Amino acid sequence: MPGLGASFGRGGATGDLQDLSNADVIVIQGSNMAECHPVGFQWVMEAKARGAKVIHIDPRFTRTSALADTYVPIRSGTDIVFLGAIINRVLTQERDFREYVLNYTNASWIISEDFRDTEDLDGLFSGFDPETRSYDTDSWQYAGSEEHGDEEEETERSSDSETGQSMGSGGAPVDHQDIQRDETLQDPRTVWQILKRHFARYTPEMVAEVCGVPTDVFDDVAEAWISNSGRERTGALVYSVGWTQRGTGVQYIRTGAILQLLLGNMGRPGGGIMALRGHASIQGSTDIPTLYNLLPGYLQMPHAERHPDLQTYVDSIKGKNQKGFWGNADAYTVSLLKAYFGDAATEENDYLFDQLPRINGDHGTYGQVMDMIAGGKIFGYFLLGQNPAVGSANGRAQRLGMANIDWLVVRDLVMIESATFWKDSPEVGTGEIVPEECRTEVFFLPAATHVEKEGTFTQTQRLLQWREKAVESPDDARSELWFFYHLGRRMREKLAGSTDPRDRLLFDMTWDYPVHGERDEPDAHAVLKEINGYDVTTGELLPGYTALKADGTTSSGCWIYSGVYADGVNQAARRKPGREQSLHAPEWGWAWPMNRRVLYNRASADPDGKPWSERKALVWWDEDAGKWVGDDVPDFEATKAPSYRPPEGATGVEALAGDDPFVMQSDGKGWLFAPKGVVDGPLPAHYEPGESPFRNTVYTQQQNPARVIYTNHLDEVHPSPPEPGSEVFPYVWVTSRLTEHHTAGGMSRFLPYLSELQPALFMEVSPELAAERGLEHLGWAHVVTARAVVEARVMVTDRLAPLKIQDRVVHQVWLPYHWGSGGLTTGDVVNDLAHMTVDPNVHIQEFKAGTCDVVPGRRPQGRAALDLVDEYRLRGGVTMATGSVAVTQQYLDGEMDRGEQAVAGGTAAGTGEDHSLIEKVLSVRHEIRSAPGRPEQHGVDGKQLVIGQGPREREREQREGGGPHGAGAEGDEQGRDGR
Amino acid sequence: MSEQPQLKGFQGHEDPRPSQATPHQPGSAHEPGTDPVGGQAARMWNAGMGRRSGGAKGGKRRRGDVNAVVPDAEFRSYYGRAVLKPPVWTHEIAYYLFTGGLAAGSSMLGAVAALRGDVAARRGLRLTALGAVGASAYFLIADLGRPERFYNMLRVAKPTSPMSVGTWILSAYGPLAGAAAVSEVAPLLPRRGVFRPVRWVAGPAGAVAGAGAALTAPLLATYTAVLFADTAVPSWHEPYRELPFLFAGSALASGAGAGMLLAPLAQAGTARSAAVIGAGVELAAGHRVENGHGLVSEPFHQGRPGRFLKAARALTVAGAAGALLGRRSRLLSAAAGASLLVGSLLTRVAVFEAGVASTKDPKYVVVPQRERLRDRGALAHEEHRPEDEGAQPERAQEIRT
Amino acid sequence: MISANSLSGRLDDPARDAGHVDAPPRKGFFTDTSVCIGCKACEVACKEWNAVPEDGIDLLGMSYDNTGGLGADSWRAVAFVEQSRPVGNQTAPFTSAVTGRGSERLQQGTVAAGLDVFEEASRLGTGVPGGQPVADVAARESGGCGSGGSGGCGCDGGAGAAAPGTVGERGTAEAADEGGQFLGMPGMLAPAALPDRDGRQAVRWLMMSNVCKHCTHAACLDVCPTGSLFRTEFGTVVVQEDICNGCGYCVSACPYGVIDKREEDGRAWKCTLCYDRLRDDETPACAKACPTESIQYGDLDELRERAERRRQQLHDVGVTEARLYGHDPEDGVGGDGAFFLLLDEPEVYGLPPDPVVTTRDLPSMYKHMAVAAGAMVLGVVAAAVGRR
Repeated sequence: MPGLGASFGRGGATGDLQDLSNADVIVIQGSNMAECHPVGFQWVMEAKARGAKVIHIDPRFTRTSALADTYVPIRSGTDIVFLGAIINRVLTQERDFREYVLNYTNASWIISEDFRDTEDLDGLFSGFDPETRSYDTDSWQYAGSEEHGDEEEETERSSDSETGQSMGSGGAPVDHQDIQRDETLQDPRTVWQILKRHFARYTPEMVAEVCGVPTDVFDDVAEAWISNSGRERTGALVYSVGWTQRGTGVQYIRTGAILQLLLGNMGRPGGGIMALRGHASIQGSTDIPTLYNLLPGYLQMPHAERHPDLQTYVDSIKGKNQKGFWGNADAYTVSLLKAYFGDAATEENDYLFDQLPRINGDHGTYGQVMDMIAGGKIFGYFLLGQNPAVGSANGRAQRLGMANIDWLVVRDLVMIESATFWKDSPEVGTGEIVPEECRTEVFFLPAATHVEKEGTFTQTQRLLQWREKAVESPDDARSELWFFYHLGRRMREKLAGSTDPRDRLLFDMTWDYPVHGERDEPDAHAVLKEINGYDVTTGELLPGYTALKADGTTSSGCWIYSGVYADGVNQAARRKPGREQSLHAPEWGWAWPMNRRVLYNRASADPDGKPWSERKALVWWDEDAGKWVGDDVPDFEATKAPSYRPPEGATGVEALAGDDPFVMQSDGKGWLFAPKGVVDGPLPAHYEPGESPFRNTVYTQQQNPARVIYTNHLDEVHPSPPEPGSEVFPYVWVTSRLTEHHTAGGMSRFLPYLSELQPALFMEVSPELAAERGLEHLGWAHVVTARAVVEARVMVTDRLAPLKIQDRVVHQVWLPYHWGSGGLTTGDVVNDLAHMTVDPNVHIQEFKAGTCDVVPGRRPQGRAALDLVDEYRLRGGVTMATGSVAVTQQYLDGEMDRGEQAVAGGTAAGTGEDHSLIEKVLSVRHEIRSAPGRPEQHGVDGKQLVIGQGPREREREQREGGGPHGAGAEGDEQGRDGR
Repeated sequence: MSEQPQLKGFQGHEDPRPSQATPHQPGSAHEPGTDPVGGQAARMWNAGMGRRSGGAKGGKRRRGDVNAVVPDAEFRSYYGRAVLKPPVWTHEIAYYLFTGGLAAGSSMLGAVAALRGDVAARRGLRLTALGAVGASAYFLIADLGRPERFYNMLRVAKPTSPMSVGTWILSAYGPLAGAAAVSEVAPLLPRRGVFRPVRWVAGPAGAVAGAGAALTAPLLATYTAVLFADTAVPSWHEPYRELPFLFAGSALASGAGAGMLLAPLAQAGTARSAAVIGAGVELAAGHRVENGHGLVSEPFHQGRPGRFLKAARALTVAGAAGALLGRRSRLLSAAAGASLLVGSLLTRVAVFEAGVASTKDPKYVVVPQRERLRDRGALAHEEHRPEDEGAQPERAQEIRT
Repeated sequence: MISANSLSGRLDDPARDAGHVDAPPRKGFFTDTSVCIGCKACEVACKEWNAVPEDGIDLLGMSYDNTGGLGADSWRAVAFVEQSRPVGNQTAPFTSAVTGRGSERLQQGTVAAGLDVFEEASRLGTGVPGGQPVADVAARESGGCGSGGSGGCGCDGGAGAAAPGTVGERGTAEAADEGGQFLGMPGMLAPAALPDRDGRQAVRWLMMSNVCKHCTHAACLDVCPTGSLFRTEFGTVVVQEDICNGCGYCVSACPYGVIDKREEDGRAWKCTLCYDRLRDDETPACAKACPTESIQYGDLDELRERAERRRQQLHDVGVTEARLYGHDPEDGVGGDGAFFLLLDEPEVYGLPPDPVVTTRDLPSMYKHMAVAAGAMVLGVVAAAVGRR
């Protein structure tokens, strides 16, 4: 979560759920908390009962809105404008918490004079390279440290390596030594002044025009938020995947972060940003990651070229003269290697650092799928607790990809679609997958449920909670722990005696866990202890990550979790009821880091260490005791006095001053302006979603220029203005979840008690849209995109309202995505509609705003469905080049048509490097789709489809009486030829 | 009614809309798309579609409303769904009412015949009573969800449960009526041997039994009214004062009908008079039931119950007339008896169905209760008194227009 | 043990009245619908604990309610009501939060209107379609514009503004314009397709977890001929499945339409208030699972006080339509063991406005029965005497 990481230093929710009850105002935006986090929502209700105002901002009136004081409907994908306008109000009316801003943020820092803002470059920041679709960040740096621009971010690799992700627990490195400041905030190059200029154009009128939110409603929300912040009052911001699953998601979060910093709501009771995670232990699976580009504790995965040895690797993390706890990156890394390799890791052999796997590009799940489809790169696939055939963007591509490999291992509770796609997916109906011919061999291994195994969940607020095993898992169902331990053990047995150097890693690894029971279940406690870490000289469990050393005398499987087994006690298993302790229940479970519940809580006290106000006291400096005390574990060195100033030349923790509350940040401050850590801009700027029916009216630049597009014949993006053809997909569709089902449905659709509660896939539409398209409540209708057509029952409801945008009415359609071909209730896979345009920082797909058409009645089946999609593609002139425009200005000037831009910056088959791949992809003929087992793919001649016909040609055509959609017209011809 | 599986507390459905087919079906009888609730929802839809035009009575019809099938009443409801659960009883209960009444009427007239020495009439009526009460018992038990557990009815005697009371009445009456009937077959026994004493005691015993049956019969005939009235079913509960009389009259009329059908003219005199009296009571009480209770009387005028009641009235009147005029014609007398019997049967079925109908439309629950609330407000929380209902009809009228 | 009030009226300790000596305090539910988030955890927890069978997998289209009310196979059922009306828990914290529709005035108007549809109806003549939300009437009265649509009905699409004629007519007029399309939830007119809805959301979404009321005077229990239904020491009403013979009398007797017969099983089933858990001093499954404490379990007396405080609190913050339902020991069923805080008229949630236990009239019924029986005898005698 680099949005938070870059702003505050750690990529986790900044508080605990209980703390929400201290808030005076709670703004829930981009989240359906009541439905998706019902248990945590009790604290919002608690706050409401205590008189807090609850505001819900969402495209659709949900069960959360029903419980909110105020509901504000907003056009999906425009949150930056809404928040930006509030920021603008705060800045222009000077409503900020000035003392807080001056001391705890980088407002007074001075930025390099080379920096150019979107104001100057009409939607682009300085340093953009359209060829690589990425930014050179040198000009974003603090004045005097330009040369320290993060070289990683100079090429398209920036997004490949997902630098952003590694901000999960720590800000990006900058050199704090020669930072220049202007306490008066008057210097035009101060962050403050840049912010002021940057957000000047985000006005209430702009909000009305872009978001569709009336000015007076906006005023109410802005006032409620601002007037409930400051010394005496605090406001909390809640978001979840409604913000993250976007092509610009990280910048949404940045906007919220900037506002909360300006209002002084960070690190204080009832303040903060509650980032609700997608589902059970998803926080855990980023802390100890299932991501290809991270090692445990947000240490980045070594890169083949950039990290030849441990030293360069560590330096690239902590930077030169860096402040804060990343200064000990070497200790964290070495301890991890000791945990991996035990005695085999010694200082002499660089702790076997070179044994670690390396990355050299984008190996993200979507890139992988592209490679599977292309074939020849990926032959095997493990799926654990994942159902991409239903849950991932563009399920069609997912299934066709999985149908084009040699073997697939699915470990799940039930026969999910990803295990049965080869026989019952829609592609079987279309003849694209022939069960008899499908080359993929699927191995289904039954998995134990969470009540059938022990271990921890790490939930939304970074809280580790130990689960006891309730019952023995049935038959062959086994825990993940059992599966991987014995898999590794058997591999070692099979390879015993091998001298092949590539096998050495396997033997060097510590792989000796005590087992128990007749099933030889590995001891989960032993694993947690290994994660906590030992002093390898004494064999003592470590008290916390501050005890980690870089000299190889300590080991820890995940430095941020170090302390979870402090004093030999399983801290995560503590069960003291909340009613028997303080609000934050410090003795229930264990939260990283060091059981701190409210992060950055040093900021709850003023620079002198006194609480800002009695009402909002959390931790403070006790002069007599000479340490920080309060209701929470101080997120600060316990005995470092507020008056402490680092000696000249100090680095790391020592360099943190007594008033540097953001201890993971390289300068100890909250970042209003992020010189590093976010690859698509130091400040948030509004771009329309990858697919939008509207022209961006904030800047000429239409979409996020740095967004990553996987150009593939299965994943074409609709045109957005100014490209022609967008009117073929006039509506906005959004997908999310229902309380009654669980994500891809594997845990709910197969259960009668849950299936009966939401028994069918449906789409919610406004009465106005129903009238416009002739839809009947409970009748059928289908949604069409260039990727797929999906049918669902219609639910006509006032909870969806049409919005007036740019004097045009736009309708939004909502569908839940839980359904598939299996289970007690079946339905089409909604995610088939989605395209794989992803955020450059974290590679999250854009689920929350796409364009589509809605047609009454049931959809055509089999090949006819593909023909329908083709018809739309041709009418809209949709090719692999549409929606790929990087720099809109160039497109308008005809300097570079969209075809060229696609070739330049498009990411073909997962890697943005080989342009010949693009050519190949551009020339795929569509009436014969990827047929697994049949390598050759034919193609439409991209040129014939008049890719990226620029505006001038269009004008000419119109003058010659040609239809406005030459592309579409020509396409039709082509389509006929094709048939 | 309950030919449909009772899913989600809703019984019966018209015009089931094809709804989402699922590979899994609850219960056995449930087919995809025919979930009664789905059907109900669907029906409400179609009614709601605003396309409905035919059959709409003027502008009174609440346009586009689910309850468009009935005249308007100003009230709100939850998607037009029933507040109450429609009775799970089937038509067997309606037949049970009829046979019970028939048995009762027959026994009483049989007793009279016994006193007067009208042997043929006595025999016919006693046998009818036995047959009818036998049928009653069958219908009653057959309607149970767990017939094999009928005996559980006998583990308690519960005055607050009319069904318990009825069970005991039935178990008192049944054997007596049976004995009376059996005594009729005694003369067929051989004159000599062991049966001799039996033949000897049969007469007196039958007389006693018959008298006993005749005494318990009126309870058997009327308790069923309480059985219906002591429910939340609006069209059964509200007329709880008139219902016993309706059933009593109907029972008497049916018994008389049987008498006229079976007895020779000479012995049918009592039956004929009883027919006239019974029919009179039945018609009078019926009139009150059908018109005395405002909105709640409505179901007695609509659909099947409405038609049945009309027919029943006609048949009963005809039967009574026949009883008056049929003094000299065995045929006419018999015909009159038959029409009384059918009339009585139709009355019971109609009352049964009207009650069921009144549970399926929320307005029969909501409107009168809101009425009551308003009255109570007016009467300043005065304890609800039966008289309150007296005031209803007029207001009910104004509601329905 | 049978006291004067055994059949109806105030009865403070039904358990003792049923013969339990030194019974524990009466237990019950207080369901506060103003904090219900409609998660249906109560439904699932109930089914899991009591092994209640699945109840049909079918889309009902009644907002998010696919349970369709209480029944033999649904002992908890969450009702969802969508109303296009800016009142209730949508308390506008800032007066103009819901703008342009005189919403504030509308609220007071609604309350001022006394929420009596009959009065409104008589005042406005016969044209007013059934189920019209009083809010709209009030709105029209107060010159504002109700945005239409509530429980039993639907769209007046800002009819206040459109108005000659009635909401209903407008509703269908619209429908006609839309090519005879009906738009919206069943049992309602079309949702409020307001002329300029852009940016204005005037919807409220009521959610209520319904359950057996465990009446003080339980008709189902009174009429049960086998004694299968009985009053527990906790004052709750429970079916003994080993005794029930499926006569179905209780089904017709319940004034709330709660208890029902399970077709494939023949017996009657309903909420037991988790009798087994209560005996182990455990909280009933639904209350245990409720994340927002919308379902509160405890001693009835204490719950009633708590409920009254909550009602007052809501009124203080302007939620003037909050009212308690089933809490009054003087009402037709002597008060419910499970009672509710509602944000609209009971019938909007599918509850009877003024339920009365049918056995209240039982004595009178028996009297009339006796007279009728006597009349029958007289009739026969008369016939015998007056034979021609």
